[in-house]
Amino acid sequence: MFEARVAAEDKVEPKDWMPEAYRKPLVRQISQHAHSEIIGMQPEGNWLARAPSLRRKAILLAKVQDEAGHGLYLYAAAETLGTSREEMVDQLLAGTAKYSSIFNYPTPTWADIGAIGWLVDGAAIMNQVPLCRCSYGPYARAMKRICREESFHQRQGFDILVTLCNGSDAQRAMAQDALDRWWWPSLMMFGPNDDASPNSERSMRWRIKRFSNDELRQRFVDATVPQAQFLGLRVPDEELAYDQTTGHWRFGEPDWDEFRRVLSGDGPMNAQRLEHRKRAYDDGGWVLDAAEAHAAKHATTTAA
Amino acid sequence: MQLWEVFLRARSGLHHQHVGSLHAVDAEMALESARDVFTRRGEAAGIWVVPSAAIVASDPADKDSLFEPADDKIYRHPTFFDVPDGVANL
Repeated sequence: MFEARVAAEDKVEPKDWMPEAYRKPLVRQISQHAHSEIIGMQPEGNWLARAPSLRRKAILLAKVQDEAGHGLYLYAAAETLGTSREEMVDQLLAGTAKYSSIFNYPTPTWADIGAIGWLVDGAAIMNQVPLCRCSYGPYARAMKRICREESFHQRQGFDILVTLCNGSDAQRAMAQDALDRWWWPSLMMFGPNDDASPNSERSMRWRIKRFSNDELRQRFVDATVPQAQFLGLRVPDEELAYDQTTGHWRFGEPDWDEFRRVLSGDGPMNAQRLEHRKRAYDDGGWVLDAAEAHAAKHATTTAA
Repeated sequence: MQLWEVFLRARSGLHHQHVGSLHAVDAEMALESARDVFTRRGEAAGIWVVPSAAIVASDPADKDSLFEPADDKIYRHPTFFDVPDGVANL
């Protein structure tokens, strides 16, 4: 009955009955997505105070602000499924919740900010556009807002790289180095190969996912390779070749051992990301306490 | 913190529309947060924030009993009626 309903493209809303097997993985997916937005502020926040111009700084600040907003839309969507914000935040801080493995890579140069916008946000858009049609209403609505805002992110990244690639040899080398380091982790953002992704089939049946991991990865490569060519950068894949008959780019296999290692907590920046998040949460705690004290005080004075 | 629902009016003359929800300790904070979270790109000329608990909603299970009675009253739509050829301004 439920399955027939979602198969007919009817949307599921918070108060509707839904099987636990639909609700639970959905809470996990949406909250992981929210955590990724929040943790995702860090690699870029790293460059806020060092952006090469005031203009770049203002743009980056707007982007990082967007990420915080995206996290909030998604937490709110997950909450409609009956899991509290506190629970989700606790899981993130305790290290029991996952977030996208991509944010566990470092951003040592300004070109990394370009590569994140271009590749990481580009891959995210590829993943997220189909989620705008997800069967769960609040998630689909949050994704629509996010996708609208996300395309600015991708363009600002590409714009940084265009500038660097039209610059000095050192700037071009910096851009190439960033592509070398971000290419493979970006391909990993689409998740394991289809035959190694056990939950995909159910996700597709319930209209949460629309396309398989491998399909989306292929689309990303097809869209991105010509952009790399435009920049005059070399994609770090020896097996990359255009297939005339299919019209698609053939590409090599990402290092799935690395993917699993980073996802399970052993990436270059996992510990630092989590530690930073905890510190920010603790250091910002007084703001919440003050707001609550203010509201309580105000409520008593108005009552009296 | 309380849960609040946020409604935006894109410009005067239009309805307020629900855009999402957020947590805030009071109305003032809800309004400020709504401005920060939902209006970064000129989406609004006005904001309503309403405590979620104050919203009374129909039960999805009552959908049929509430809304089905309208389905067989198709004469409520102007397209139900045939307009004779040659008749204008109707």
